[in-house]
Amino acid sequence: MTYVADVRALARKDLLLELRARDTLPAMLLFVVATFVVFHFSLPAHSSQLAASGLLWVAIVFTALLGLGRAFVPEREQRTLDGLVLAPCDRSAIWLAKSIATLAFLVAAEAVALPVFALFFHGLRGATVAGVVLADLGICAVGTFLGAMAVATRARDLLLPLLFLPLAIPIVVGGVGAGVASAPGGYLGFLALYDLLFGLLCWATFEYVVTE
Amino acid sequence: MARPYRLSLTSLALASAVLVTLALVLVFYVVPNDASQGFSQRIFYFHVSIAFTAYACFAGGAWKALRYLWKRDSRADLESYVAIHQGVIFGVLVLLTGSIWAKISWGHWWLWSEDELVLFLVLFLFYCAYFMLRFSVDPGPQRASFSAVYALFGVVLIPVSFLAIRIAKSFVHPQVFTLHGPNFGGWILVAYCVAQAALLLFALTLYRVELAGKRLDMRLRELRIA
Repeated sequence: MTYVADVRALARKDLLLELRARDTLPAMLLFVVATFVVFHFSLPAHSSQLAASGLLWVAIVFTALLGLGRAFVPEREQRTLDGLVLAPCDRSAIWLAKSIATLAFLVAAEAVALPVFALFFHGLRGATVAGVVLADLGICAVGTFLGAMAVATRARDLLLPLLFLPLAIPIVVGGVGAGVASAPGGYLGFLALYDLLFGLLCWATFEYVVTE
Repeated sequence: MARPYRLSLTSLALASAVLVTLALVLVFYVVPNDASQGFSQRIFYFHVSIAFTAYACFAGGAWKALRYLWKRDSRADLESYVAIHQGVIFGVLVLLTGSIWAKISWGHWWLWSEDELVLFLVLFLFYCAYFMLRFSVDPGPQRASFSAVYALFGVVLIPVSFLAIRIAKSFVHPQVFTLHGPNFGGWILVAYCVAQAALLLFALTLYRVELAGKRLDMRLRELRIA
């Protein structure tokens, strides 16, 4: 299984880089906690719990954007991407490995953020956590893909949120629905469908993004 | 470069002018007033036809994008871009006509409970980002590939967003408006079909005009460099 080995090696490279440089994860953690504090003051005193659970998704999407924006920066600054494209591996492995690495950062950030959210606002439902996990898959798959495109453009950091947010709307719908509906199954199913569709699309088309 | 079986631009323009006039006559003089909404319901014939035309443009753009990725033909890239450009123009018209209709029928310029309006807002944001992406990459194969891949994301996003907006309604806005009664036959159906055909043909004409202009522009630039 050379494909799996390639993906593992590439993902390991990104995780090791983060472990040594600590560029992304502390920033994401600090950002998400600061966002919660901002949310506390932007919600009026007697606003409903539903409003807070909606804001959780705003925090998740923007924290993810912070990580995704950094994902391809080392590749760009050290011109690693040229080397990776020349390497004898399937190009989609580059995307998959990068998605796994960003997923690891996002999950690590949420492992702190969700308990903090539960502490600051109100408890979390199991369905919300399930929704967050499913949403993370879609966010990282699509976001990494768009991040690879955005770093190759002139606008760079400016472009990623513009490309990503319209595609994140269905994720937010599914996630918020799973958190507030009495029967979250349909929403979780929708999130899984999103992950599957866009995961396949990214996997199939990533080659066109990195090769000219 | 023109393929022999293609209609010339002039005949296409004439045909769409005739059809658009016919559609206007049918919609304003032949079709009876709607029982519940009266005269204002006639905007339906344009609103829905424009929406369908916009979908057709986006689908056409994605099809050309797929062709580009497949055949690496730079003409398909330009065609994809022009189709999406037309789609965005028609998409803005959907938002405008939908707003007018919502204002007259329900007294608000914007209703989150209107699936199609919300969907077109999402699509509008998405395809505006398409233009941002396209114009921040230098012309060449990379720009064409990026645009094509993003256009493919668009056709997947349309049904996914539609589904999302449908399921979001249950917690964002529980009540559902019904637009028109079940009596969708006779002259109403004829007028709708004619209006739909007229707008599709009109969009095709605009697409061909813009494509011809863009090609001429490129040719001129090549000649100037040569």
